[in-house]
Amino acid sequence: MPSESRLRIRKQDSVVQIEFIDRNILDEGNIQMISEEISRLIDAEASPKLLISFANVDHLSSAALGALITINNKIRQKNGQLRLASIDPQIYEVFVITRLNKLFQIHESVDDAIKSFG
Amino acid sequence: MTNQPRHSPDAGHSGQPGSPIRHSAVVHHDRGEVEAVQDALESAMAACGYSKASLFAVRLSFQEGIANAFNHGHKNLPPHTPAKVEFAVTPDEVLIAIEDQGPGFKPDAVADCTLDENLEVPRGRGVMLIRAYMHDVRYNDKGNRVEMIFRKPAG
Repeated sequence: MPSESRLRIRKQDSVVQIEFIDRNILDEGNIQMISEEISRLIDAEASPKLLISFANVDHLSSAALGALITINNKIRQKNGQLRLASIDPQIYEVFVITRLNKLFQIHESVDDAIKSFG
Repeated sequence: MTNQPRHSPDAGHSGQPGSPIRHSAVVHHDRGEVEAVQDALESAMAACGYSKASLFAVRLSFQEGIANAFNHGHKNLPPHTPAKVEFAVTPDEVLIAIEDQGPGFKPDAVADCTLDENLEVPRGRGVMLIRAYMHDVRYNDKGNRVEMIFRKPAG
């Protein structure tokens, strides 16, 4: 039996938009499930354009950051594009501390992120 | 199967003004057990007037410490091997100690994940996040016990 999705997914104008259902992305089991689900979305696209919104997220861990890096690497291998959006200021600080704000393209809103796709 | 954490006799809140709220538990690599300690920690912090930002910092550091204990410390040990977690909360500071049963590690040998060449490496950020969010972080010589202190910001 397939496990319950931890994501809300919709595709609009070739962009796969992903939202987290969980407010806390801390638990490794959940992170692995989320990572596998997003990997399947990437596999299904020829040139993936993914937008991940953090609008509902209050907490994340280094394991979640690791999963995002793996997702980013996978998308780049397929010449795709990844955008992150709507990150709470406290969580954005985690990206700044780890300098991952330099690795990821982060936008204030989902609309801004959608406009940025080439 | 879920193993319930074994709490020490002094587990729970002391209730004495001025005395630290202490808690000590043996936890397994089980989400429910870890969350039970985290909930107790956050209740103690709330009772001592810590802000939402402080709770964020401590929760992140606690989770990273637990992840390091089980994922790295206990990597080559049986999965049910427990770790020891203690905390003491006062209105001024939060002390958390996490001790695993692994061989220990050398925290200074962890590669700097903020270097350009390491940005795309998906691991190795837990230790640096603990250092970034906590005010004092110490490891024992063996490297299997971390003690971290968060001090309540002034004002």
